Amino acid sequence: MRSDATPQTSNSKEQSTNAAPERAKTVTQSGSSTQLTGNQRFERRTPQAGAGPEGEVQESTALPAGTRAPDFTLRTTPDQEVSLSDFRGKRIVLAFYPADWSPVCGDELAVYNEVLPEIRKHNAEVVGISVDGVWCHIAYAQYNKLHLPLLSDFEPKGEVARSYGVYRKKDGFSERALFLIDEEGTIRWSYVSPIGVNPGADGVFDALEELDSQKAQKGAAA
Amino acid sequence: MRARRQGTLVAPVSARDHVQGPADAPVTLVEYGDYQCPYCGAAHPIVKALQRELGDNLRFAFRHFPLATIHEYAEGAAEAAEAAGAQGKFWQMHDTLFENQQALDFESLVGYAEEVGLNVERFATELENHVYAPRVREDFISGIRSGVNGTPTFFIHGVRHEGSFDFETMLEAIQARMQGLAA
Repeated sequence: MRSDATPQTSNSKEQSTNAAPERAKTVTQSGSSTQLTGNQRFERRTPQAGAGPEGEVQESTALPAGTRAPDFTLRTTPDQEVSLSDFRGKRIVLAFYPADWSPVCGDELAVYNEVLPEIRKHNAEVVGISVDGVWCHIAYAQYNKLHLPLLSDFEPKGEVARSYGVYRKKDGFSERALFLIDEEGTIRWSYVSPIGVNPGADGVFDALEELDSQKAQKGAAA
Repeated sequence: MRARRQGTLVAPVSARDHVQGPADAPVTLVEYGDYQCPYCGAAHPIVKALQRELGDNLRFAFRHFPLATIHEYAEGAAEAAEAAGAQGKFWQMHDTLFENQQALDFESLVGYAEEVGLNVERFATELENHVYAPRVREDFISGIRSGVNGTPTFFIHGVRHEGSFDFETMLEAIQARMQGLAA
C-alpha cells in the first residue's frame, strides 16, 4: 500500500516506510458496520514504532453508542487539568491516538484542527488523548500548530483508554478511536480505526449531523 | 446511520470545477491536492502521463485540500490558482505551482502571475483580500465529507482510489473502472 512516489524532502520524518496494511474498520452504531480500506498517503511517514502486528484490530471492545461516557480528569498542561464533566452541555469528540509524533495521527489531528470551526458549529469540541506526557504534548502541539487540547493519559498509564475499551495492552498505547459524546454525557457514536489509518473526519460529521436531526425530531415531538 | 459508503465522492464534478478533458469522457478522475505537499508534487507528472495515455477517455478535475496548519504556503497557493482561474489561467498556474513547490510565498506567487501573463495588479489585490478563500474552503470541506484524510487523494469516477498512485497502478485502476462502467 505504499506509494512508489517518494519525493525527496528535507524533512527527515518524511521517509517512506512500512505502514499498516489495509484493514477493515469497525463501526459501532446501531449495529451497523462499514468497511473502509486503508489510505496511506500521508505527509509524514515513519515506521509505527512498536505497533505490533500492524493494523490489527481485534474484536472491538470500544464502548458502544448508548453507553454512559466514563468521566475522567487528565492533565493538558503541567498545571491544568481537564475533566469530561467540564464539557457538559457541549458535545465532545474524544480522539484517542497511539502517540504524539507518529505520522498518521499527526495528520489525523491536523485534519481535525483544520475543521474545528465546522465542528464547533455543531456545538462540539475535539480533544486528543494519548499516553504521552504533558511536555511531549506541548512540544507536539506547538510544532503542528494544533488548536485543540491534548490530554495526557499518563498516570496511571492508559487508564482512560482502558475505561473506554480502547487500550492496547501489549503495545502500551491506545487504539486510534473516536467517541462522540452528547451534551448529557452519553456516547452516541464510536469508531475504531486500524492503528495505521487516519480515520478522517467524515464519520465525525455524519455522526454530528445525525445527532442534530435526532435532536430536531425530539424537539418537534415534544 | 450511514446511508452512503465511505470513500465515495459526495460532490460530483460540476460547472464549478476546474476540469481538463471532454465532459463526456467515460471516466472522471478527481484529485484533492495541496500545492505544498511533496506527494502531490510527485503525483503531478503521473496525472499528466495518465492524461496523455488516456486522451479523450479521461476527464480530470483538481480540488484544493490545503493542510494549512502544517503547510504554511498551501492556502495562499490554492488561492493563487483560483485567482489565476478567475483570469482564465487556472491550469497554467496549477502547473507552475507544482513545478515550484519550494517557493510559494507571496512574492513568488506574484512572480508566477507575471510569468503566466495575468493582470498582476488584480491578482495581487485578490490574493491580499483572500477573495478566493471561501472557494478553497468549499473544496476542502467537500473533501472532508468524502473522507479525504491526506493528500493526494484520488477519486476514480466517484470512488476513492485506495492503492498507490504510481502510473501503472493508477492506469490499471482507471481502465478497470472504465470496463466496469461500460459493462
